Amino acid sequence: MLAKRIVPCLDIKNGRTVKGVNFVDLRDAGDPVELAKKYADTGADELVFLDISATEERRRTLVNLVRDVAAQVNIPFTVGGGISSVEDVDVLLQNGADKVSVNSSAVKRPQLVNELSQKFGSQCVVVAIDAKKIDGEWMVHLVGGKVPTELNLFEWAKEVEQRGAGEILFTSMNNDGTKDGFANEALARLSEELNIPIIASGGAGNMQHFADTFIEGKADAALAASVFHFQEIEIPELKEELQKQGILVRL
Amino acid sequence: MKIAIINYGAGNIQSIRFAIERLGYDALLTNNVDEIKSADKVIFPGVGEASSAMKMLQASGLDKIVPTLTQPVLGICLGMQLMCNHTEEGDTTGLGIFDVNVKRFDNMVKVPQIGWNQIKGLGSKIFNNVKENAYMYLVHSYYAPITKETIASTEYGVEYSTALQKDNFYGVQFHPEKSSTDGAMILENFLNL
Repeated sequence: MLAKRIVPCLDIKNGRTVKGVNFVDLRDAGDPVELAKKYADTGADELVFLDISATEERRRTLVNLVRDVAAQVNIPFTVGGGISSVEDVDVLLQNGADKVSVNSSAVKRPQLVNELSQKFGSQCVVVAIDAKKIDGEWMVHLVGGKVPTELNLFEWAKEVEQRGAGEILFTSMNNDGTKDGFANEALARLSEELNIPIIASGGAGNMQHFADTFIEGKADAALAASVFHFQEIEIPELKEELQKQGILVRL
Repeated sequence: MKIAIINYGAGNIQSIRFAIERLGYDALLTNNVDEIKSADKVIFPGVGEASSAMKMLQASGLDKIVPTLTQPVLGICLGMQLMCNHTEEGDTTGLGIFDVNVKRFDNMVKVPQIGWNQIKGLGSKIFNNVKENAYMYLVHSYYAPITKETIASTEYGVEYSTALQKDNFYGVQFHPEKSSTDGAMILENFLNL
């Protein structure tokens, strides 16, 4: 049977991991490749690299990073941040990325999702959606949740599925950073209304939150950053706990 | 040992080369017929859409060459599917090495299947030192049903073939290059055939 996935997310700026990485046993916690290897070795199922650099050098730096990760890490990884064209994706996949994630660029030009899935296949197109619940309605936001749009989360998610997205990475802005758990109600609705895998993001604080998002939230994968980077949760222990609760994980 | 990875423009082949390098071997990315024929081991990768991948293969004339190879050949993911008789994806005729027709997953399950799933009924040397129910990384919307050539199976709505073998031809639906240490073991076993 297909296992639920645990996905650490690394924020990258100018080729280095940023914020919130505090690994006591790593020589250089700022080195994304070293951190990625550590996660792969301890049982992470997949990795996400989110590039937040804004320099002109960013693309070349990111391509080099992708190549280094692909050379040294033996699990799949997704690259996101500033991807807005077929050419952007082509160079990342050619250098060893398995999937890319698009967010604002898909909202600005939805046809991008069609172009990417037709050219590279749905399996490598992740659409990341940041949404916030406002007056009872989940609204899509851009720029890390700062800029609201007119789009409803569920309608937008269904639209990108039809356009060829292979997965949805849903981050709840209400939950992100709270460590109070994932947005399980919205996640379960996404999972019921769509027929592609849903990755839960935003709110992980303890191991039970992961169990809850797999059971109540019906998520296929759960993404987190700081709880892993600060070693508040160790992946092997997390997976043992999930297994104890009857959730299928790769051990 | 000379290892050739067939480079016909379909998908992420760097990762396969890197995985082979991690095992301490070099691999050649090539679409040159002589290089492929003279290799000790041939890897036939593929990611993307079947009919366009098949067209690229035909454009390089490799559709005629691959079925005639006599050394061990390993098809990975779409590579394995193209080695079958036919696939529903783009109604594409395959190379006819494996006597099975590839179908799309029923919508009772999420499609594509993405993630780690277990392989069982392991019946080939390429699974030496790999335990029953080991997890492999899979990303696909189409599958090969169970046949007499099945050497590993997986369940996702249906039980289907995650590995096939006929004579010197091997095919795996999963990505050994992305499947952690067990995946590396399978690649190593193939290279040691």
